[in-house]
Amino acid sequence: MAIISIRDLVVEYDGRRVLDGLNLEIEAGETMVLLGGSGSGKSTLLRQILGLERARSGTVFVKGIDITRCSQVELRWVRRSIGVAFQSGALFNSLSVKDNVALALREHTALAPSIIDLMVWMNLAAVGLAEFGHLHPQELSGGMKKRAAVARAIALDPEILVFDEPSAGLDPIVAAELDELILLLKKAFQMTVIVVTHELSSAFRIADRIGMLYKGTFLAVGTKDEIKNSQNPRIRQFLDRVPDKMGKPSEVAASFEKYLRGEETNL
Amino acid sequence: MTTLTESVGRKTLTYLDYVGGLSSQLWAAFRALGASLPIVGNRYRWRASVDQMLQIGVSALPMVGLMAMCSGFILAMQGASELRRFGAVHYVIDLVAVGFTREMGPLLTAIAVSGRSGSAFAAEIGTMSVTEEIDALRVMAFEPVEFVLAPKYLAALIMVPCLTIASNVCGILAGGIFMFFSTHLSLGLYLHYVLTSIQLRDVISGLIKSLAFATIIVHVGCLEGFRVHGGPDAVGRSTTTAVVKSTFLVIVADVIFTAIFYFTGKH
Repeated sequence: MAIISIRDLVVEYDGRRVLDGLNLEIEAGETMVLLGGSGSGKSTLLRQILGLERARSGTVFVKGIDITRCSQVELRWVRRSIGVAFQSGALFNSLSVKDNVALALREHTALAPSIIDLMVWMNLAAVGLAEFGHLHPQELSGGMKKRAAVARAIALDPEILVFDEPSAGLDPIVAAELDELILLLKKAFQMTVIVVTHELSSAFRIADRIGMLYKGTFLAVGTKDEIKNSQNPRIRQFLDRVPDKMGKPSEVAASFEKYLRGEETNL
Repeated sequence: MTTLTESVGRKTLTYLDYVGGLSSQLWAAFRALGASLPIVGNRYRWRASVDQMLQIGVSALPMVGLMAMCSGFILAMQGASELRRFGAVHYVIDLVAVGFTREMGPLLTAIAVSGRSGSAFAAEIGTMSVTEEIDALRVMAFEPVEFVLAPKYLAALIMVPCLTIASNVCGILAGGIFMFFSTHLSLGLYLHYVLTSIQLRDVISGLIKSLAFATIIVHVGCLEGFRVHGGPDAVGRSTTTAVVKSTFLVIVADVIFTAIFYFTGKH
């Protein structure tokens, strides 16, 4: 059964269509990777799934509730079952790493402080940060921040775990470590995982299915092999890392000379 | 002509959007204020409120006190230089006492708090918006208005009137020091004259003003912060805008309240 169901979703910013009638079903327990280039609409789609923005039309059902039309109480209930690791980490800088992880536990549960401390330690240990809980986010490296964000995201044992560009800005080794962490968490907690990325190696390592976005629509949604073997020219261009048509160096040089002479150019 | 109409229309819509945003934020803050109260509210919000009280009130006390003393001296000296010509130097006592309790105390405090704390609110919330911390709060099922704004609002509602009283005391004290050195009037006698010249109505009208000023400073500062989009430069702009708008609105509100008290008062 689909835990997330998106139907005919249209999102516009100032009249510019960013998502154009998207349809997607994400099954419970699967890892869905939303792949696409810059400006393809993958982060916008993620913000719709999290109920952070209003859609122009269409529906987004999460756990059977249409979050485009539900009440604030229902939205909060849905959000309690979603853990999000943001691209920048989005850790609260005024709190220590430990307090960042403990925040949702303290406020949304009636657990005793000693139990919360234990759970925080376990979550930090799961991401390899057990000894760094007393530090503040600004004292952590990029990779540690992302892992701390994961520890905070899994604090309430969510059914859905969302990663926004988990590998962005990380070196290949740390990025690979994070991929392994995602796989480990999925195996351990049986969560539905949604990952937004443009990193091919990461996508093919962790995905059960991949949704390939281009200019606000899905070019294809399928298994890793289906995407790998796709003959769609845009997908092939993305997978084979072929650049869009660019000006030849001689044409650029000629335009530059014209510009220096003060003539009109097409630059 | 069309351009002018368009421009006027666009500006009008921008102002209406701002007023609408401010009104809905004010309503949300009133609803969330209960969560920041001690005993009946959330203990973490109350703790945050106490932190804010220290920052808004206690830390600002030396600055507000000094500003009030300087202004008290200025008011007494300017008043005395004119009143001396009519042999009415003793009216300086009424001028300083009534002037401070009704007008100077609340206004000086509001300007100091606007510069110190209004800008800090915009910068703090603006940075949280830029670093996705506000989004993180939402997806963690927290309401940003309750989490971030309400403790600040409660703290300002308590501390701005307290600072206003401190400002009144310092300003009136400065008048007393001036009178002592210029007319050898003892401080005890000066305070006796002060107490006979001011009425409870003067003090209450000043405190009502200070509550309104606190509301303006907190809500303008926080709204500017919540509306930050972009990078660090946008945070800087929002900080400046918060101070300019809140100072302007404080003065406008002051005129309105002064007019109300003038026309409803007994003559």
